[in-house]
Amino acid sequence: MTKNIDITLKIWRQKNADVKGGFETYHASNISIDMSFLEMIDVVNEQLTLDGKDPIAFDHDCREGICGMCGAVVNGRAHGPEKGTTLCQLHMRHFSSGDTIVIEPWRAKAFPIIKDLAVDRSAFDQIIVAGGYISVNTGGAPDANAIPISQEIAEKAMDAAACIGCGACVASCPNASAMLFTGAKISQFALLPQGRPEAALRALAMVRKMDELCFGNCGNERECEVECPKEISISNIARMNREFFKAGLGSAVM
Amino acid sequence: MQLDAKIPSGPLSDKWDKHRFELKLVNPANKRKYNIIVVGTGLAGGSAAASLAELGYYVKNFCVQDSPRRAHSIAAQGGINAAKNYQNDGDSIWRLFYDTIKGGDFRAREANVHRLAQVSNHIIDHCVAQGIPFAREYGGLLSNRSFGGAQVSRTFYARGQTGQQLLLGAYSALMRQVAAGLVTLFPRREMLDLVVINGQARGIVVRNMITGEIESHAADAVVMCTGGYANVFYLSTNAMASNVSATFRAYKKGAFFANPCYTQIHPTCIPVHGTYQSKLTLMSESLRNDGRVWVPKTPGDKRPPNQIPESERDYYLENKYPSFGNLVPRDVASRNAKAQCDLGKGVGETGFAVYLDFKDAIKRDGKDVIAQKYGNLFQMYEKITASNPYEAPMMIYPASHYVMGGLWVDYNLMSNLPGLFVMGEANFSDHGANRLGASALMQGLADGYFVIPYTIGGYLVGMDRPEVTTDHPAFKDAVHYVTERINKLLSINGKRTVDDIHRQLGHILWEYCGMSRSEEGLLKARKLIQELRGEFWENALVPGSSEDFNQSLERAGRVADFLEFAELLVIDAFERKESCGAHFNDAYQTEENEAKRDDENFCHVAAWEYKGDDTAPELHKEPLVFENVELTQRSYK
Repeated sequence: MTKNIDITLKIWRQKNADVKGGFETYHASNISIDMSFLEMIDVVNEQLTLDGKDPIAFDHDCREGICGMCGAVVNGRAHGPEKGTTLCQLHMRHFSSGDTIVIEPWRAKAFPIIKDLAVDRSAFDQIIVAGGYISVNTGGAPDANAIPISQEIAEKAMDAAACIGCGACVASCPNASAMLFTGAKISQFALLPQGRPEAALRALAMVRKMDELCFGNCGNERECEVECPKEISISNIARMNREFFKAGLGSAVM
Repeated sequence: MQLDAKIPSGPLSDKWDKHRFELKLVNPANKRKYNIIVVGTGLAGGSAAASLAELGYYVKNFCVQDSPRRAHSIAAQGGINAAKNYQNDGDSIWRLFYDTIKGGDFRAREANVHRLAQVSNHIIDHCVAQGIPFAREYGGLLSNRSFGGAQVSRTFYARGQTGQQLLLGAYSALMRQVAAGLVTLFPRREMLDLVVINGQARGIVVRNMITGEIESHAADAVVMCTGGYANVFYLSTNAMASNVSATFRAYKKGAFFANPCYTQIHPTCIPVHGTYQSKLTLMSESLRNDGRVWVPKTPGDKRPPNQIPESERDYYLENKYPSFGNLVPRDVASRNAKAQCDLGKGVGETGFAVYLDFKDAIKRDGKDVIAQKYGNLFQMYEKITASNPYEAPMMIYPASHYVMGGLWVDYNLMSNLPGLFVMGEANFSDHGANRLGASALMQGLADGYFVIPYTIGGYLVGMDRPEVTTDHPAFKDAVHYVTERINKLLSINGKRTVDDIHRQLGHILWEYCGMSRSEEGLLKARKLIQELRGEFWENALVPGSSEDFNQSLERAGRVADFLEFAELLVIDAFERKESCGAHFNDAYQTEENEAKRDDENFCHVAAWEYKGDDTAPELHKEPLVFENVELTQRSYK
């Protein structure tokens, strides 16, 4: 049942952050539809290498949709056309022979391009440094069952915690907002009793850091939710806003 | 040379407490004066860097990914074990200890494994306090499941993403210490050499993967948490960047490499489907709790699975192992799958697959219950294979997944090189010849959160060290060596891509040093590896320059190390003339085709010392002494 397809690729090539980039066209023939999208790029890269050309740089690691390292805008959509799917889990069976596929890096001021499709997402780490944790040192934690947490709350927290930090939300937002990413982390901890003591401080610090790093504001376009490979809900943004306003009003942390 | 594991004296259950008391403490005011390098940000590295910084040490933390949150621990699906006995089903620290020792086929140290079982409970407490959303029951208490060969329910989990959640917990703790100024992060750095001065590990040399700059970093101690080498098989469930280079460099600088032949082949992976394939995907073995493994009774039966009647199906694990059934340990499940396929009963296009069927579980529990337990795994399977596991059975086949071998460490997790600590999958310590499911997460976090914070202090105040900066000639030598090697890789200018050569190496190992091994095959493999290594240095094609973001160069360096390391793996497999756990030599098996140990001659850790590129490595044996458990033939009947 194996089927092969021939496709045309228009891929963004850029040597580094300081020079201008542009699209280059490549033809990939005999691509098995069982290949993942990244395996297809591997095949193109093997040929480029043998032809004495510079292979396409792209970030990737686990190739099973969980590390969040891969990602590119494919035909205008972050991680390509499949819902709830990272680029590494997108398979070529979703394309047809004769297709032209346009591949670009994430584009956001806060994510400078390193080379070709690889970008620098360390701004996400900085948002977490600002407060994306519960301040507990190793040792001395009470018994794990000391505080019961309802299954519903635990599941909601898990929904938010499933974020892989890939940056698709930023790349798909017209304002390059990082609110889905930030909202998911703030929500995870705000929902759990362990995270409540610092909830106000956390919301203020993370939101301020996000603004400082040149991420835009949420305009309720909901593109992020649609493109998120882990289908993180924008209700997390609403929860973040509530936490943020509550924190702003509460005198304890003002 | 007699290796000293420094196991504390006294009764097994008191050893760790006694040792913690005897270890010297570092004055709190002095901790800031110590610089510690932690390489790797997975469960072991991330938790170690965070915990050491919490104590007040100054930590430099390195990783190859763009962020510490992406280390391959993130891909662990199933869960983490702990001896909480929340289910009242007979679990205890002793039982977890015993299961782990037995699961490892009596090739691990009693004292290390017992400590692991002891601290397992603290890990769960700490992770819950960090805000990790473990699965819970309706009453709000933590949920458990039985997993991978355990007869008690001791596995804690967060859907099928337990590794991700635990790693993000460690990452959070780490980032909190970055905020506190006690951890400095160095992402996109690859460790290329260990610097040893006066016999002590004093620093590392890394390549900045964006600029290509070679950087030197000095420290009072180096903690390596650089993961495992399963990618030596080319196809594995490991992340693409997982490699042996860091540990192999340390080996070449004098650290002993222990039990390299203990490589685990995981039974439940999505089968290979083409030569272009870049990696294999694991389907968590938690699926074996509800899925039933079978093949057609008649070899060559190519009917679709739903058309094969019950009477013509062979549920071979349930039939052969009535008490454990589908939950036998990984090595047993893998070998049996291969045996069925070798009999011509394999299914799918290639014949290298067996069925994992949920039909009966769905009938019994309903689709919703199964979806709640495994929904994301089913979804992942369907994405990759375009087949719906709710309707047709999954197809699975074993794949290289984890390695029990690694750098030799003593009870303090320090290698034979003073000041070099090795943790997580990178060390050899706790899993013996076979790791049980949900134990890797436990070990990584035990090492990082609860062992190294104590043992490193003992080293730092217990041993004198001269002041050292990166101006020391040993750093200059290392930088020179690393630079020369990079230039050599870039100047081969041959005709074969690095991936192509790596793929061939993988074939050699999978064929002759995979699920089963023979002396004849190992000899052949060694020769083939030597030839392939020769070809690599004459005919590899590595494009680009050294002063650039050059992923081809990164891979070339790793494959060059794999080509050397593979020979060590084969030598170790050859020398271990017994079968134990994941190391199965055809010549040593019981009448029931199980691994047959030779406790008289091989109840030891094989630790290899590098003697030069053209000289055979020297074997040092650390005898394994069992004072608390009786060595038995593993039986899962």
